[in-house]
This record gives sequence, structure tokens and C-alpha cells, in this order.
Amino acid sequence: MKVLMKGNEAFAEAAVRAGCRYFFGYPITPQSEVPHYLAKRLPEVGGVFLQAESEVAAINMVYGAAAAGARVMTSSSGPGISLMQEGISYLAGAELPAVIVNIMRGGPGLGNIAPTQADYFQAVKGGGHGDYRVIVLAPANVGEIFTLMEKAFDLADKYRMPVMVLGDGILGQVMEPVELPPLKEVNPPPKPWAATGKIERNDKTRRIINSLYIVPEENEKHLEQQFAKYRQIEESEPLHENFLVEDAQIILVSFGTMARIAKSVVLKVRERGIKAGLIRPITLWPFPKKAFTAASIPAAKKILTVEMNGGQMVEDVRLAVNGRIEVDFFGRTGGMVPESNQIMEKVLAIAREVE
Amino acid sequence: MFKRPALLTEKNFHYCPGCHHGIMHRLLAEVLEEFNPEETVGISSVGCSVFIYDYLDIDWVAAAHGRAPAVATGVKRVKPDRLVFTYQGDGDLAAIGTGEIVHAAARGEKITAIFINNAVYGMTGGQMAPTTLTGQKTTTTPEGRNPSQQGYPVKMVEMLSVLDGVAYAARVALNTPKRILDAKKALRKAFKVQRANLGFSIVEVLSACPTNWGVSPVEALKWVDEKMIAYYPLGEYKTPQEGVE
Repeated sequence: MKVLMKGNEAFAEAAVRAGCRYFFGYPITPQSEVPHYLAKRLPEVGGVFLQAESEVAAINMVYGAAAAGARVMTSSSGPGISLMQEGISYLAGAELPAVIVNIMRGGPGLGNIAPTQADYFQAVKGGGHGDYRVIVLAPANVGEIFTLMEKAFDLADKYRMPVMVLGDGILGQVMEPVELPPLKEVNPPPKPWAATGKIERNDKTRRIINSLYIVPEENEKHLEQQFAKYRQIEESEPLHENFLVEDAQIILVSFGTMARIAKSVVLKVRERGIKAGLIRPITLWPFPKKAFTAASIPAAKKILTVEMNGGQMVEDVRLAVNGRIEVDFFGRTGGMVPESNQIMEKVLAIAREVE
Repeated sequence: MFKRPALLTEKNFHYCPGCHHGIMHRLLAEVLEEFNPEETVGISSVGCSVFIYDYLDIDWVAAAHGRAPAVATGVKRVKPDRLVFTYQGDGDLAAIGTGEIVHAAARGEKITAIFINNAVYGMTGGQMAPTTLTGQKTTTTPEGRNPSQQGYPVKMVEMLSVLDGVAYAARVALNTPKRILDAKKALRKAFKVQRANLGFSIVEVLSACPTNWGVSPVEALKWVDEKMIAYYPLGEYKTPQEGVE
């Protein structure tokens, strides 16, 4: 059965269906429907919803709940996510699984509450201190929120690390019909490492959840283990969607809701005989580099990255093609959304150039 | 026979001579042994006691500076049957973590905060703490704390005791044998309050820091009397009406 659902509510319901029973957060627009929904929903399933005094406190409550072995999440938007970076760094350092939803809004500073993708760097390049990575997933529609939220919790537990799910004001506020996945029993992996009190362990050994490695040699060893994990993630977890790329001479690259507009542009210019296609990265880290190899895009003559920012993911696209193909950028920022006509003009100009 | 509590590991304390963390660690071990240490999760903080997890043989979660009450909230909400406590210094609890401690207390979070107040930042080199006394010289108040410039010392248990979520708030000291016994009683009561689900409990411990006060360990005991207790009166600021003797 299909139901009409708002993006933010989908993030919340998807979390519940993925077995998340704990939410700690602080109100901020444009993600408010996530806590509104969970304040009602979590007690129904025996969970805990707690409105914290700040995003700083919220992420540290997440840290505590994750340390005790729970599936736990928070959600926020740009300014709040900035405040959470301390806790995200500690989650990474202590190898704790948690899911953080960022419904991006215009920045920097207080900016505005309009849709943007301006937090790409913060999410993908590590917003907190230290040498670490966060898995970043970018759904493009309400249905995909369900599959990616489930994936977010699974990846967080599998690799014992924070996972961020990036949306924007459009995705958070849009209402779309969605086929709710069947309710199923969720069995997160056992967490013998969790600090639950010795009483929960037969051998009565103790657990210390910590990110302090005072001896540099030990910290390096700890981080090398993390980097081995990161390499494994880069190998096995990248996800992307290809749309008409096989014969495409012009490849558009967009993520999240921006990719939906880019897709419509691809269809429009194809009507004019221009061979365009779209690559939509779904995991922003690990970045789907293999989508950009010569074998993956054999006919490509030029790449156009389209983003709702001043040009952020375009840097990863350039790293992926490593100078093999010219990579152009089109974007609008500050809460403005590139219109399909504007993108189309840009594609038409590129088409004249590559002919 | 007087011996090391089983809950204290064999690792030697790293604390300076005359520091009261060692006494407090021992009291904590003794009191937790009266409850069930296996049901206990401690939240360590950032400061001189950052390595407390090396000394007490229980499960620990190490928190970011000031965030221990938020971390404790997360643990306690997931494991409501556990005894959950924070162990924080004055910089951690009364400066950078003011928000977290006030709101954990206001929520009546069923956790216990052990608050070591030695009126100075120990680990980072003897800087002014929020609890540094008027006139007290520190590395960042070389002429002594001047209220016209640095304001006044913060009285945390008095502040917190007016919050409805707080079930037990007491201030103790460790500079005489009698006070050490009183401190143990207060600690026991704080954990009983948590066990009885009555709300938030806090024990502020006036603690000596001879190194950063620039006095001998023996002089430091007098300093606690003459300077600290004079400004931070000992006693129970809030006790539950019923449920805990």
C-alpha cells in the first residue's frame, strides 16, 4: 500500500523500522518534523525520545547510548551539525555506531532555512578534529530515504562508526507517495564491546569506551586500524545510480534532490539529440570513483557537476577522473536552487563546444 | 583488616602528593562494593582524573570535556537498571560543562555526579577555575582572582539544589578523618537516591591540590578549612523527603 509521506517523517519512520529506539536532538528548521514524529512514535515501540538542551548535549547523549550498545540517532541542520562535530569526532575515535541526519539549510552562519547542499565538505571531508572518516549517504526521494536509513544503521553497526545521511530542505519538506517496506524484525549484530555493566557478560571482563591514546605509537596503531577499515569501505560500499550514461558524451553529476532536476535536464536535451547522461553518487563517502573510469563512461567528452552550492562535490569528481576529462561546474548557492532551464543552457553550451 | 578494596586495580595512581583524588577513588570503590559494581557504568571526564578508568575495575565510557552528564544520560536511558555516575572536576562540570550538568539535573536524570572541586585547573597547568576563590593566585590570575575582572566563584551545589529534578545535593571535604567518613556517607546516599529512582544526585567534594596551590600537602589540609570551607559551606543542600534514610 502506498502512503503519502513527508521526507522528514520518512527519516523518522525509516529509523524506527531499522530498529532505532533512541533519539536525542535539539529543534532546528527545516528538520523539525523528524523530532515531532519520533516524540510520538518512539514511546509506542518502547523507545526513548529526548529533547536535549543543545546539539552539543544531544550528540553526547547519542555517544552514551551508542556506548551502551543501542541503535541510536539524531537529526539536525547545518548550524546544529556544526555543534555536533565534537561528538562526531569522539564517536569516530571511540568506534561507536550512530546515525546522524543533516537536513541541510543555507549557510554559512545563520544563513537561512532554504534548501542547499553546502554541507558537502563538512560531511564528506570530516567536520570535526582528527584523522577520521564518516560514511555519508544521500537519498534523492522519499522512497529512497527508507532504503538508505536502513543501510545507514547497518553500516554503522557493521563498521562501528558514525554514518551521516544528507538531505536538504526540499527532501525534508516534500510529500511523495511511498510504498512502505514491510515491517520486519530487526536483529542488529551483537555488541560485545559495549559498556553495559559487567553483569551482561559471562566472563565479567570490563569494557572501556574511549578515544584517548596518550602514547602516539598507540594512537597511530589505532588509526591505522581505522584506515584499514576505511579502505575496506572504499572497496565494498560505494553506491551510485547511472542514468543514460552508456552513450553519453556529456555526463552530469549531481546528488540528492539536485539529481532529480539534473535527470529532467538529461531527458530534455536528449529530445534535442544531445547525448547526455547522469551519474548520481548515493554514497558521498566512499565516493563512487569507479563510476568515472574510462570503461564506465566510454563516450564521455565532458563532465558537468551540478550542485546547490558554490562547487564542493566537483572536487571529488575531478579527483575521480584525475584530469582525463574536463570537469565543469554549475551551481547556485545560499539557498537558491538551480533551475532546469539554467542547467539546460549550460549543457547546450557544452554541447556546442564538444561538437 | 585494612586492605585495598577489590574494585581498585593494582595500577598505581598518577596523582601528585597530597592530591585528594586518591582518597575519593578509594571511597568510591568502597561504596560501589556495597552496591553491585557489575551493574555500574562510570562516565569519566577530562581533567586530572581522565585515567580513572585505569583505577576502578568497572565498565567506563570516557566523555568529551564537560559532556559527561549528557553521555551518562545516553547510557542511563538505554540501561535504566544500571548505576550510572559521572566523575568530573570543576573545569569540566562548572565551566565547559555547565549546560550539561544543569540540564541533566533539571531533567531529574537518574544519575549521580561526583564533583571534585579543587578551585583550580590541575591538568592543564594551574589556571583559574570557575571555582577559584577571590584573591587566589593561579597561572591565569597571577595577581589573584579579582572579582571586577574575573567575577566570582561559582557555588554549584547551591545552584543545583534549587532545581526540582535534584533529589540529593551535598558538599563534603576530605581534609579530616571525620569528614572522609561523612563524604562516604554522602556518596552512599547519592547512589541510594539513584537506586530508588528519586532523581538526580550530586556530591561536591572540596579537594586539595597542593601542587597548584603552591603549598605542602599538610598546609593544603588547612587551606581547605580556611579558604575553601569558608566560602563553600559543607552539608546537605537537598535531601529526599522519603525513600532513603
